[in-house]
Amino acid sequence: MVVVEIPIGPQHPALHEPIMLRVRTEGEDVVEVSVNTGYNHRGIEKLMEKNSWVRGAYIAGRVCGICNAVHMQTYIQGVEKLMGVEPLPRANYIRTVVMELERIHSHMLISAVMAEIVGFDTLFMLIMRDRERVMYLKELVAGSRVHADIHTIGGVKRDIDEVRRDRMLSELKKVEERLKYYKNVYENDYTIAKRLIEVGVISKSDALRMSVVGPTLRGSGIKSDVRFEDPYAAYSEIPFNVVVRDKGDSWTRMMVRLEEALESVNIIRYALEKMPQGPAIPKTIPRSAKPGEVVSRVEAPRGELVYYIVSTGGSNPYRVKIRTPSFLNILNTTSVYLGHRLADVPIIFASYDPCISCTERAVVIDEKTGGRTYMSLRELARVKAL
Amino acid sequence: MSVKVIRYSPWVMHFNAGACNGCDIEVLATLTPFFDPERLGVKLAPNPRHADIIIVTGALNKKAAERLRRLYDQTPSPKFVVACGACAISGGVFTGSYPLISRADKVVPVDVYIPGCPPRPEAVLYGIKKLIEKIGG
Repeated sequence: MVVVEIPIGPQHPALHEPIMLRVRTEGEDVVEVSVNTGYNHRGIEKLMEKNSWVRGAYIAGRVCGICNAVHMQTYIQGVEKLMGVEPLPRANYIRTVVMELERIHSHMLISAVMAEIVGFDTLFMLIMRDRERVMYLKELVAGSRVHADIHTIGGVKRDIDEVRRDRMLSELKKVEERLKYYKNVYENDYTIAKRLIEVGVISKSDALRMSVVGPTLRGSGIKSDVRFEDPYAAYSEIPFNVVVRDKGDSWTRMMVRLEEALESVNIIRYALEKMPQGPAIPKTIPRSAKPGEVVSRVEAPRGELVYYIVSTGGSNPYRVKIRTPSFLNILNTTSVYLGHRLADVPIIFASYDPCISCTERAVVIDEKTGGRTYMSLRELARVKAL
Repeated sequence: MSVKVIRYSPWVMHFNAGACNGCDIEVLATLTPFFDPERLGVKLAPNPRHADIIIVTGALNKKAAERLRRLYDQTPSPKFVVACGACAISGGVFTGSYPLISRADKVVPVDVYIPGCPPRPEAVLYGIKKLIEKIGG
């Protein structure tokens, strides 16, 4: 049979981010998928070297708008280690609240996008409506809907008062109720089950071989969570469960996310109620770091996020290397598509919760040739997408 | 005038030209019933050939800029471009980075600029409404 190559992206109604999947099909069956990236490369790692430690935090936050607070947390936590600064205890709790709100809204967003891809538009609209509540909560604590920008070296920039705390607690109740409802929908709906169950299965050994992270890994039955293994911020003082399921298909990954979102509600409630008294905003911010290097890791909504920061002293970092979860989840899993129908490709792709703006910083990987080619920037500029 | 045709219901197409996703989730939120853009006749178009307004988000890099130009050429006239967010207007925090063109108006003519990092959904709607007023709706 004739092999047909179908490009999906970089502008595609189902993918809101610029990435291109080249799908080769025989009839309806997928025989090869390659990922073409580079539409979102912004030279962030180089940019950080040019900017000071404090400014770097804002660039780190803008690696990804969906998980901006975890990027800031990872960067700030590394810089704090280099500078020898301990974050204030109350600030740690506020950071935790912001990061968990982000996890809820990220998981709700992908649940909504998945519903849209499946063709269940009503569910998409409903989840997006209730996601606005979470955005409102984030605005209450951080002062803005998307970019929290609340972290600073040694603490946070905004404290939280009793009035806003009580308002958040009452709003959280409504969020929890809706999340339970959506979990029930994903669990019992016939349409969703038909499209997601047994689609894009990653077995336990494959998950380890492909080194996937986050809900994709936990959906394949492996208990791994940085919050649990290497606690940061206030996670060492907050009790929570690590959600693990072991079927490894797209449906399981979505269920892991929805259960995690419910777990996050409990974490936020605990953090708000047990928040220690005292200052949260540091009086002075150090401007220079001692020479040294540090690896800092955090559990982002999509999995383990790693920053490697090198300092040679002075006011700028020497090198900042970022390894984001989507980098592993997207590029290592192209073999999972094989044997599925063409219509399943967006579903499998969305079930990794891909975040393209996280993925693209340093190298361009063109897997069309079978291997990985590292292209120079001049070549990159000349490459025509099609 | 040909603008008359789209006066009442301009369809928008969203193109992410290297954004951090912040603007994109706000544009996505704008297009849901909570903010109800359909009262202005605005609907998300799946294809550049169906679109009247292109919303560009993000600091354009060279590869995405080629794509944006292509999408612009594929859109039938009359067509309008909205640059959404600080990055599409001036490069935002990424100003001075090596792969970036930084400004949407260097690649395509821009009609409305919506500032913010990211702009709130209300701001995005206001920008679209301004554009509709500009074209005489």
